[in-house]
Amino acid sequence: MDETVRMAVRGLSAFHRGTAVLHNVTLDVRDRSVLAVIGPSGCGKSTFLRCLNRMHELAPGASVTGEILLDGRDIHGPGVDPVALRRRVGMVFQRPNPFPTMSIFENVAAGLRLNRMAGDLDAVVERALRAAALWDEVKDRLRGSPGSLSGGQQQRLCIARALAVEPEVLLMDEPASALDPIASARVEDLVHELKARYTVVIVTHNMQQAARVSDSTAFFYLGRLVEHSPTAELFTNPREERTEEYVTGRFG
Amino acid sequence: MGMMRRHTDRSYEAELAALREKVARMGARVEGAVATATRAIVQRDAAMAESVRVEDRLVNRLEVEIDEDCRRILALRQPAGSDLRFITTALKIVVDLERIGDLAANIAGRAIELAEAPPLLSPPDVGRLSELVQAQLSRAMRAFVDSDVALAEEVKGEDDLVDALYMKLFNQLLGLMMEDSRNIRRLTALMFVAKHLERAGDHATNVAEMAIYLARGTDVRHPRSRA
Repeated sequence: MDETVRMAVRGLSAFHRGTAVLHNVTLDVRDRSVLAVIGPSGCGKSTFLRCLNRMHELAPGASVTGEILLDGRDIHGPGVDPVALRRRVGMVFQRPNPFPTMSIFENVAAGLRLNRMAGDLDAVVERALRAAALWDEVKDRLRGSPGSLSGGQQQRLCIARALAVEPEVLLMDEPASALDPIASARVEDLVHELKARYTVVIVTHNMQQAARVSDSTAFFYLGRLVEHSPTAELFTNPREERTEEYVTGRFG
Repeated sequence: MGMMRRHTDRSYEAELAALREKVARMGARVEGAVATATRAIVQRDAAMAESVRVEDRLVNRLEVEIDEDCRRILALRQPAGSDLRFITTALKIVVDLERIGDLAANIAGRAIELAEAPPLLSPPDVGRLSELVQAQLSRAMRAFVDSDVALAEEVKGEDDLVDALYMKLFNQLLGLMMEDSRNIRRLTALMFVAKHLERAGDHATNVAEMAIYLARGTDVRHPRSRA
């Protein structure tokens, strides 16, 4: 297998109470790259994202077929602990969701405690907050409540929480859609930096955002992967007519 | 592309349609300018030639307008896919069209000069070369507006005909100059006219190449400069 491929999705279908919501998706996620997933509401892009760390199957009546290989190993294989998998494949959600009763510090440390990871907690928290470009803004109030942070800061706190456990892949589900343009630009800038160490898969409704942050873009429609191309290509000269219609705004 | 759906945002659709129409109008104007300038040469009509220079100012104004329209759409609409290729090719095509307009004005300048001098006894025919170039331009513009790759490829091939006819005319003019040195000044004016027409043909070929890029998304210019 190509060692530059971090995650390989092979013939993935996802079902919800017997109905297929994702049909036979095959694509590679390259190591230390950003994959953007775009498509209209209900196209299956969030389901796809949630399959990558086995969160989809947590919903009642949900199931998947096909293969997802992380570093060449099937994430559904025997002996794979989904909780351990989610440490390696972290996730950031649309709405910033810091634990409200915990301090900023404890929020970042939470994942480490949950995974019973040993080490110098202070150093790990600082490293994660620096990686999330939040350290300078919170270093003097680590014991304070996350409720005092702005929406953008809270989202970066959630990114720090996800990074603290040193994942290999970071999944982001509309991470900037609840943020103002400046906070949103901060998160995008952060995504560019994260790429040096992590593999990022980002679902977004905002096509310009996908164009700005990603190396390759996957366009989903009606549960199918229509096209996965280098981002510059997909936005200037898409291969598929469906993609062309979507990126130029000729849809629905 | 003619079969493609309309934009969900109809005001955006209308802006792109208006831009397409404006570029087509600019193409028709410079094609007309080439025709009129050549007719002014053949008919020795200085007033007709003067009208081409007035026309050139209108063409220049259209170029500026189209530039502004493109910049506005880029800034406000963030076009993608074929729309993006359309805007970027429109920006380049207007430069070629503006150059053809300048060449037509230059031809008109020679027409005024020739109209003021005594007529040549047997002037060589620049009309045929001009018609070829006009047809080339008109078809290149149609290929651009309709995203017609086959037509654009044809136009690209026609440039060899234009070049061949230009060389023939060049040699003919050279022969006439050697026959009678008193005609050299007037024949040189016609030499320039032929050269301007040949250059206009090159610009029409550029338009055809941009039409191919617009339709296919692949750049067919300078094949040897790429790995």
